[in-house]
Amino acid sequence: MYPYPNEIGRYGDFGGKFVPETLMQPLDEIQTAFKQIKDDPAFREEYYKLLKDYSGRPTALTYADRVTEYLGGAKIYLKREDLNHTGSHKINNALGQALLAKKMGKTKIIAETGAGQHGVAAATVAAKFGFSCTVFMGEEDVARQSLNVFRMKLLGAEVVPVTSGNGTLKDATNEAIRYWVQHCEDHFYMIGSVVGPHPYPQVVREFQKMIGEEAKDQLKRIEGTMPDKVVACVGGGSNAMGMFQAFLNEDVELIGAEAAGKGIDTPLHAATISKGTVGVIHGSLTYLIQDEFGQIIEPYSISAGLDYPGIGPEHAYLHKSGRVTYDSITDEEAVDALKLLSEKEGILPAIESAHALAKAFKLAKGMDRGQLILVCLSGRGDKDVNTLMNVLEEEVKAHV
Amino acid sequence: MFKLDLQPSEKLFIPFITAGDPVPEVSIELAKSLQKAGATALELGVAYSDPLADGPVIQRASKRALDQGMNIVKAIELGGEMKKNGVNIPIILFTYYNPVLQLNKEYFFALLRENHIDGLLVPDLPLEESNSLQEECKSHEVTYISLVAPTSESRLKTIIEQAEGFVYCVSSLGVTGVRNEFNSSVYPFIRTVKNLSTVPVAVGFGISNREQVIKMNEISDGVVVGSALVRKIEELKDRLISAETRNQALQEFEDYAMAFSGLYSLK
Repeated sequence: MYPYPNEIGRYGDFGGKFVPETLMQPLDEIQTAFKQIKDDPAFREEYYKLLKDYSGRPTALTYADRVTEYLGGAKIYLKREDLNHTGSHKINNALGQALLAKKMGKTKIIAETGAGQHGVAAATVAAKFGFSCTVFMGEEDVARQSLNVFRMKLLGAEVVPVTSGNGTLKDATNEAIRYWVQHCEDHFYMIGSVVGPHPYPQVVREFQKMIGEEAKDQLKRIEGTMPDKVVACVGGGSNAMGMFQAFLNEDVELIGAEAAGKGIDTPLHAATISKGTVGVIHGSLTYLIQDEFGQIIEPYSISAGLDYPGIGPEHAYLHKSGRVTYDSITDEEAVDALKLLSEKEGILPAIESAHALAKAFKLAKGMDRGQLILVCLSGRGDKDVNTLMNVLEEEVKAHV
Repeated sequence: MFKLDLQPSEKLFIPFITAGDPVPEVSIELAKSLQKAGATALELGVAYSDPLADGPVIQRASKRALDQGMNIVKAIELGGEMKKNGVNIPIILFTYYNPVLQLNKEYFFALLRENHIDGLLVPDLPLEESNSLQEECKSHEVTYISLVAPTSESRLKTIIEQAEGFVYCVSSLGVTGVRNEFNSSVYPFIRTVKNLSTVPVAVGFGISNREQVIKMNEISDGVVVGSALVRKIEELKDRLISAETRNQALQEFEDYAMAFSGLYSLK
């Protein structure tokens, strides 16, 4: 039996609660409420009904036959989290945490967001539950993702641009935590990934684990067997944790794809496992990108969702224990994978998910035709169209 | 290890400055001014890229110090320079946990010893995660300062029981920063802490004027003042940096700091 998190919120050495004293009691309250609902049949019923009737679960499992044929290796299956309401897996967790907030009697939600996917999911569930919602977003990301900012406002959320630090996801998370410290008595902090102090990594994993459970059943029905390899992209790592959870005790190879940006030999990357060292970020002991004196270094990735200097503590443990392999994918490889999936399958993936696809495509080529590879397609790419237009236009210019 | 043995008429004044703000050599002079203004001990802040428990004033100070190339090692050494230059009150290193974690523990404590640093305060290390660091502090004779907050509730007693030096009583929810007024529930909270504690109790977070100091001094053993002083340093920074205006600016800073001092009422 997989024993983590243990009673002090550790995954091996990783995880824990590294927060100001003021937040210890609020975290305890969340832990207590979470314990009560986790295995409560009434809660599960309400949660699964929302997932089904509101978000459209279970999401499809799509056999990517034309890409499979093109690459000439293992059969590629896509878990279609892009088909969720709001366009990504983020809604699974937002619905779960909204129910948790309701259970705790809190009606004010705080969230952080990078690309805006979690912000949109939080704003969406807040609207559905009649909660107020304040989303912290780095000013740099506000500028890059203006469409999602507008979406959040349409949904009735307040978007607070964060000017501290470099104005990206790391700083938005800092500011959300600072706001929470001040308003913890009546606000619920809805974290978007398997990061942060205990019990958040566990809470978010719990509210994403249906990804892997569904995919496992679906594949069993179609192919009658387990996948040989499972691939997911990793920023904080919530879609990956949700996918991997169902396979941890199976004889299945698990692979996380992190963002190599312009390359892990340049300073412009977000490859936390490949290039990071152990430290504390946002309340959790994990790997992070930092200098020798523990100052956190701003990461880089074409994908705002993977542009994070840390990684969930459970991933840190799974890396150290060797159960999951982590590899990094460059911007360029991700864009190529995105184009290939669009052209061969008519599916425009999120640039985050394209990192998982790029890794899966590389692996598939080296596998036998009978083998199976399962990829978590965590979100759709509509939000990335502007970024892609810029990248592709620059490519054209470079060739002129 | 330091002990703060107070006479009944004496009150703690524990100022906070960020090491290297606005420049390292001025930090040394600021520490001397604070000692002259009646500081009982000094909290010396290590600039950090992600100061979670700090408001905008100390965030900006951190940024200024980082721009000066400060890091945890240089901050400790700056504390040593302060001691060499006549500062004889206890110096407490105030640092987030991550910079401490990156240093070899023996090296870290050797640095503290060489530089005569007396105490350690880590704002993002709650009791549950601090056991081993506290033990190491004990064996190296460094006083480990614990914080309690209005939300500590059932944890209050356990934290206070193991407190050394003084108990840092966080006045209100939120991050560091100047506050115009306090929630009235803070007073019974401070009294509770005071009743439980065998070491002095200092109230911090938001203390920014003489009236607040008098009020807090009535029910506790004194105050920790950070953002108000750091804001003053920010205001004076150009004059502090320039050699011609430095002494005058330091005098102005000392006069300003005096308002928070427990000596003030005795004069």
